[in-house]
Amino acid sequence: MASEADKPEAEGAEGGGAEVTKKFLYVNRKAPYGTIYALESLEVVLIGAAFEQDVSLAFLDDGVYQLTKNQDTKGIGVKNFSPTYKALGDYEVTKLYVEKESLAERGLTEADLMEITYEDEDDDWAEKPSIRVVSREEMAEIMAEQDVILSF
Amino acid sequence: MLHTVNKSPFETSTLLSCLRHAREGDAVLLIEDGVYGALKGTTVAGEIWPRKGQLAFYVLGPDLEARGLDKSRLIDGFKVVDYGGFVDLVAEHDVTQSWL
Repeated sequence: MASEADKPEAEGAEGGGAEVTKKFLYVNRKAPYGTIYALESLEVVLIGAAFEQDVSLAFLDDGVYQLTKNQDTKGIGVKNFSPTYKALGDYEVTKLYVEKESLAERGLTEADLMEITYEDEDDDWAEKPSIRVVSREEMAEIMAEQDVILSF
Repeated sequence: MLHTVNKSPFETSTLLSCLRHAREGDAVLLIEDGVYGALKGTTVAGEIWPRKGQLAFYVLGPDLEARGLDKSRLIDGFKVVDYGGFVDLVAEHDVTQSWL
């Protein structure tokens, strides 16, 4: 990541060298609120979005709980950060892979998750779902395709 | 004795260990990420069922709401308490054991 820190400056200098796009995967395996991991991951994703890389998010194990709908944290006195996932599309973070087996083990289905969409600039800004439910095997393939994996 | 569990049963064996050590007449209160253990239709719900007649099960409502979990998803027999109810449970029992 150290070399990536130069990026914004390099982009500021018009006609700078060719940008290298890498595939980044953020792996989310923790439930929200009980620990700080989920919120920290989201913060890093938003910061990382400035570097215009090919970003994907993976939600598996307890990480699938981060995306449940109707989260209401008034009673526990902490910030409800779940609406932020819906804003990821504006940062061109449009691939949220959710593991089917992890949902099933927890008695959940896709219907229990928030609706998260993005506008596809290559398809006349059509609104499309960001969440893609994949099998464990597909998740392993997605992991194998990455250049950089950050785990939370 | 009152037992509290604050870890997800899918991530640690805390709930399992609590259930294996809790004795008849004890109360078990699930809080924080522990509330995921109170849901039906999961792979760990089967660990709760055999103890239903012997233990009193409670879950902290504000922690359910924070996680978007509706009360209709709870395993039958779980009672929802608020923070006041949490305090009452602590006061009603001689000893509280916090399983971390």
